[in-house]
Amino acid sequence: MIELAGLTKRYGDKVAVDRLTFAVRPGIVTGFLGPNGAGKSTTMRMILGLDHPTAGDVRIDGRHYAQLTDPLTYIGALLDAKAVHGGRSAYNHLLCLAQSNGIPKRRVAEVLDTVGLTAVARKKAKGFSLGMGQRLGIAGALLGDPRILMFDEPVNGLDPEGIHWIRNLMKSLAAQGRTVFVSSHLMSEMALTADHLVVIGQGRLLADTSMPDFIRENSRSYVRISSPQRERLLDVLHEAGITVVEAGGGVLEVDGGKAEQIGELAARHGIVLHELSPQQASLEEAFMQLTAESVEYHAHADPGAAAREWGTGWKGA
Amino acid sequence: MSTQQPPMPQAPAAPDWQAAPGGAYPGYTSPIPVVRTHLGHALASEWTKIKSVRSTMWTLGVFVVLVLGIGMMAAALVKAHSGSESLSGQTPLQLGFFGLLLGSMCIITLGVLTTASEYGTGMVRTTMTACPSRLRVLTAKAIVFFVVAFVVALAASGFVAMVQTSMLDGVGGAKTPSGGDWLKATLGISLYIALLGLFSLLIGSIIRHSAGAITIMIGAVLAPLVIALFMATQSLNKVREWLLEYSIPSQMSVFYDNSLSSSGPTGWDPLWIMLGLAAAAFAGACALLQQRDV
Ligand SMILES: Nc1ncnc2c1ncn2[C@@H]1O[C@H](COP(=O)(O)OP(=O)(O)OP(=O)(O)O)[C@@H](O)[C@H]1O
Ligand SMILES: [Mg+2]
Repeated sequence: MIELAGLTKRYGDKVAVDRLTFAVRPGIVTGFLGPNGAGKSTTMRMILGLDHPTAGDVRIDGRHYAQLTDPLTYIGALLDAKAVHGGRSAYNHLLCLAQSNGIPKRRVAEVLDTVGLTAVARKKAKGFSLGMGQRLGIAGALLGDPRILMFDEPVNGLDPEGIHWIRNLMKSLAAQGRTVFVSSHLMSEMALTADHLVVIGQGRLLADTSMPDFIRENSRSYVRISSPQRERLLDVLHEAGITVVEAGGGVLEVDGGKAEQIGELAARHGIVLHELSPQQASLEEAFMQLTAESVEYHAHADPGAAAREWGTGWKGA
Repeated sequence: MSTQQPPMPQAPAAPDWQAAPGGAYPGYTSPIPVVRTHLGHALASEWTKIKSVRSTMWTLGVFVVLVLGIGMMAAALVKAHSGSESLSGQTPLQLGFFGLLLGSMCIITLGVLTTASEYGTGMVRTTMTACPSRLRVLTAKAIVFFVVAFVVALAASGFVAMVQTSMLDGVGGAKTPSGGDWLKATLGISLYIALLGLFSLLIGSIIRHSAGAITIMIGAVLAPLVIALFMATQSLNKVREWLLEYSIPSQMSVFYDNSLSSSGPTGWDPLWIMLGLAAAAFAGACALLQQRDV
């Protein structure tokens, strides 16, 4: 369990992390989402005691990171896969980490095997590809068989097979009762992996919700309609009590899965339709809208405008 | 059309700080035995680190080659061209000075790389995550480096001293070195060079940039002497003398009793000066390490 309370980090004038309060629970994969520069890596560095928070507090199973006497058996982290000395072999890199925490030597061979680097264990890390470096970083995180795992954009640079592997790895780690906290820019990736979502933008908490809730609230389904008899169609739909939103280019949108109903209405009134297609807004769009709005809200400081815009994005839930 | 509120972050359940560590937090329990880590673990880790990179072998290898090569070449030259009085009043040990002076550059480089290179690669984040006690990390680095540098310097200076005395025994009126001479030219100079390297290691931790810290250290070794040589003006004589006496090469020459000037540090003084510098740098590096973000 990782608990953040009002965690804040300021770099000069820039607020990188702004009063974050949430908890990362064991037994599930928690996705940590935000666009570039949202403050994900900064938050993770503060969790690991690398950066001092400007304000607030963060605890791991109730303790500060500095109070952990054998931290690698508590929490394993992959921050930056390139954070190894290029001249050192994968084996020696992991060995020095193991020794610093009194972890038995045999674990080094075990984790190298887990991530599939046994064949290149004695090779210098300098020559590793992006994906191999990522695997070495993951091996370092798994070394102490920790209760908590934290990955900063672990799928970076991995091929489809590697992505599939890490997705399954994270799920199985969580299934063993561990706390898994993983950051990403990609909503679509998280939708496949995470059970819970924490979304931040400009350092602020935007959402802290379960994945199914997020999907239910955000995957808006609607019907796209275009017709040469637009005015008549609008009247007919209005009479039938169907709310229509005018999208650009003369296209109309109706929330919900009412394609059949609309098609039958149009036929009954002899209206020609050029398009009648059910649509599903992607989670990626929902995520982009969520974070984009936060930026706008931040800039204009006009709650009314923000709420109105939110309305379009969040209706039809 | 209903206007739904933006999803407000869920009111955070106030974290229960009072909960007993571990017990109140369910989850996975590892079969790996839990150990309370101490300085010994950090020492083992740093020892693995220092011996598993090429730069250690390179800098120490070049150091040994310089000390032995220059020391033996000097002895051979003196022996070949020795007039009857060429070494009168001096001991053969004094010929070891030049090799160790040049060799100290290698020890400085290794010292700086021990700390600063981790900042260049980002390895320092991994290191500090594995061992959150930053002072323990710095202490372990300092001990491992100091022991390695001292042992290598002692072996090299001891070996070259033996070769020189055996080659030049009685040549050109050379004095037979006393026990005190021997101690200073081996133990003394090795401790001094290891401390100089330790000082560089701490500067590396403060500057966090390998090339920058190496440049600063080599400048600090050479600059005072070079500046002093160009200070010809009468009015600056005092400064000039001070620079000459306390520059690092002059301090090193004190261990061979051929100081570049008559006053200034004598005997084992340079060792205490360098010890003081290293202690001050250690305090500074610790304070900065605690205060800064990694
Ligand atoms: N050491 C630092 N000094 C100054 N500003 C910093 C520092 N570290 C981060 N920042 C700033 O803080 C903000 C958050 O950065 P952070 O790296 O945490 O974002 P992120 O969410 O991890 O982004 P990305 O998805 O690109 O990795 C950025 O605007 C960044 O410029
Ligand atoms: Mg980042």
